[in-house]
Amino acid sequence: MIDVDITGHVGTFKVKANFVGSSGVTSLFGQSGAGKSTITNMIAGLLRPDRGRIAVDGEVLFDSQKGIDLSVRKRRVGHVFQDARLFPHLSVKANLTFARWAGGRADSRPVSEVVELLGIGSLLDRRPGNLSGGERQRVAIGRALLSGPRLLLMDEPLASLDQGRKADILPYLDRLRTEAGIPILYVSHAMEEVARLSQTLVIVSKGETIAHGPVADVLSRVDLGRATGRHEASALLEGRVVRIDQEWGLSHVEIGDGQSVQVPGLDAALGEAIRLRIRARDVAVALQKPEGISIRNAIAGEVKSISDEAGPYTEILCSAGSQNVRARLTRASVAQLALQPGKQIYLLIKSVAIDRRQSAPASGLANDDAVSAQTLV
Amino acid sequence: MAFLQLQPQEWQALILTLKVALVALAFALPLAILAAYGLARWRFPGHGVVNALIHMPLVLPPVVTGYILLILFGRSGPIGRFLWDTFGISFAFNWMGAAIAAGVMAFPLMVRPIRLAFEAVDPKLEEAASSLGAHRLVTFVVVTLPLTFPGILGGAILGFAKAMGEFGATITFVSNIPGETRTLSLALYTATQSPSGDLAAFRLTLIAAIVAFGALIASEVWARRLRKRIGGVDD
Repeated sequence: MIDVDITGHVGTFKVKANFVGSSGVTSLFGQSGAGKSTITNMIAGLLRPDRGRIAVDGEVLFDSQKGIDLSVRKRRVGHVFQDARLFPHLSVKANLTFARWAGGRADSRPVSEVVELLGIGSLLDRRPGNLSGGERQRVAIGRALLSGPRLLLMDEPLASLDQGRKADILPYLDRLRTEAGIPILYVSHAMEEVARLSQTLVIVSKGETIAHGPVADVLSRVDLGRATGRHEASALLEGRVVRIDQEWGLSHVEIGDGQSVQVPGLDAALGEAIRLRIRARDVAVALQKPEGISIRNAIAGEVKSISDEAGPYTEILCSAGSQNVRARLTRASVAQLALQPGKQIYLLIKSVAIDRRQSAPASGLANDDAVSAQTLV
Repeated sequence: MAFLQLQPQEWQALILTLKVALVALAFALPLAILAAYGLARWRFPGHGVVNALIHMPLVLPPVVTGYILLILFGRSGPIGRFLWDTFGISFAFNWMGAAIAAGVMAFPLMVRPIRLAFEAVDPKLEEAASSLGAHRLVTFVVVTLPLTFPGILGGAILGFAKAMGEFGATITFVSNIPGETRTLSLALYTATQSPSGDLAAFRLTLIAAIVAFGALIASEVWARRLRKRIGGVDD
């Protein structure tokens, strides 16, 4: 549990951060230059906020009223930097155990367990200089985990990697969030990573945290389009794999109310709980269940709200069972179909648009959050 | 080749030179590292003045530096008298004085490359070390310092070479006493002053060249290994 309420500045750039993250992964999402790193550095102790309070699991790291300002080394924040920052003159093993032999940190977590978790066993005797970017990041994560942190702070750990390397490392992050045992603050400008990994989502725009809450809840807010980026606007569907169609390579994922979505090439076992990210621009709307169409997913739903935007586009939020889906349509379509809140519709989603990268194993925690979020909406 | 045979007093000069240069290095190098770190990382009022003072021996005529040392460290000078009265140590006209002269003259030459090396170390690595709990002093010893080893080696070689060949400040401060302060350079100078000194001058020149060349080769090999190591590449 991380509790942040701070204001501060760097030069003339002002930041204001106010959010609470549950256990599990809390993501700080925003465009480049939105102030994510500034907020991160204030939490890590590298920058000092003007006023406010930062606490992790009840331990106060900073409190301007009480005059508490723990130094970087006393904060016990495991900081994973975008550029890894491994010590080039030390072996991977010496890097991993640095906090123990140089930082005086004792931790009950065995080195072998972290090495196994991150798959870096074969790298231990190597030097950072000729590791690949992905290997370097995994070592950096391991080094932070082995420093006995109360919070793992990951500042755009995948930003400097190419797409292939990102795909390599994401499964390790999936494991990390269930096995780290400490809250994780994940900073990113990639909606794909954030939607996949987080339980709590915090949106940062122009130096301020403008929204925070359970990830499915925040993602279904159509008013945040500008901050999240139009192309990235999306919703999360949590579900369970109920059938695997070997012949056509499709997995059927039940999303509640007896409705299911067919996803191609999904790497999940029967009965597994997973999370699908559906981008708003991949969703179309029909008034009747269409026939003679290639789109395999036609989910019954109801229009909940329609954004009022100038320009040719608009975005609608629909319920699908107990969950939400966003659709990005032209205003002309909305007018012609006479869409309005309460209208019963079918949501059409191309199976092909839900690729494997848009799905991730859902933790039980995320499910709970999603459910409680729905009751709030 | 009998003329290449070193005379006893020439051996003496060689040994003395090595002793003076090594002692000068041993004392001046840690101070140079400290000064280089301070100049590279600390911003304080008078930064420019300190920087200029450190570099003074480089631009002053060596004789002037030697004379200043004589005034300060001579038996009646303020520092010299204090040292003599409290510890019974004197630097006047002995080999330790020669080492001081060599160390002072070599100092700016050592500070320069070491300072550049400190400036090249990414402070972000130090941030990472403190986020892992390392104290600043520990970070300096296990992260910053090892990354500057090539610069320190370069500074040490330059300083050693300067200390080996120091002339002006040495002869002014501690004079030219055989067996005590007559280093290679001073012995060579003495030989050139004597009508029969040609062969001796030749031999001394040869030794000086061999020692300098050997030091350069050794440092090159060592520097390459160090660079590989801190470049983070496997050996």
